[in-house]
Amino acid sequence: MKAHLTRRYWFSASHRLHSDAFSAEENRATYGKCNNPHGHGHNYALEVTVAGQVEPRTGMICNLLDLDAAVERHILERFGHENLNLLPEFSGQVPTTENLCRSIFEILQREFRAAHLEKVRLEETMLNSFEYAGGEEIRR
Amino acid sequence: MVYLTRKCEFSASHYYHNPEFSPEENRRIFGKCNNPNGHGHNYTLELTVKGRVDPRSGFVVDLKDLKEVLNREVLEALDHRFLNKEVPEFAQAIPTTENLAVAIWNRLAGKMKIAQMHRVRVYETPDLFVDYYGEE
Repeated sequence: MKAHLTRRYWFSASHRLHSDAFSAEENRATYGKCNNPHGHGHNYALEVTVAGQVEPRTGMICNLLDLDAAVERHILERFGHENLNLLPEFSGQVPTTENLCRSIFEILQREFRAAHLEKVRLEETMLNSFEYAGGEEIRR
Repeated sequence: MVYLTRKCEFSASHYYHNPEFSPEENRRIFGKCNNPNGHGHNYTLELTVKGRVDPRSGFVVDLKDLKEVLNREVLEALDHRFLNKEVPEFAQAIPTTENLAVAIWNRLAGKMKIAQMHRVRVYETPDLFVDYYGEE
């Protein structure tokens, strides 16, 4: 019995979208308000999906306490209430929610080994969301 | 192919306990969920079916019929029940959200003559849900 479990978390962070590859005019044209040099912030909603066989003795794909602890330690503590532009993950890339979503997937894939990480979905606002499954197609 | 999702809600209580584990293991693995007096959730169930749109009715499935199957096969058995004590699937299996999604799929799969099932999604809380697509 293969099942897919999704857990939802929240964190808040600030960022500024600005690329050194663009001129000041291009940055303003590309990123609009998000290029404001003082930055701005979001309440991000993060959904982490793991998939696997349901273990008969526990009824679980993996222990939620372990998943919660890994996300807390490696994601929420790392990104929560931080300025994303100042973090090492974004020293060489723009902290768009696309890049943040991919970074979170890669960190969790490295740090959480108790179940197969299927997908990360990140809501920047209630109107924008991004999904990454390590390059795989996403099942609906 | 068009996919149609019907949502419904039920409330039930449960606890997690495996008699093969020691009391310490049960507490360590299941945490607060191991309280033998049980605790409850407002569950949300989303059933997604798929099919061709019937050109005469414009429907993938008649929602009245779908609702009737959901009420009869799922809600009457689970709503306002203590899952461990009143639902036969959980006499042995632990009533986790994973097992609940599988049990709901299996209850519906045998009875769903009117549409092809695609997915069962069970929300235990707004922050935790499980998807089951049948045997993969």
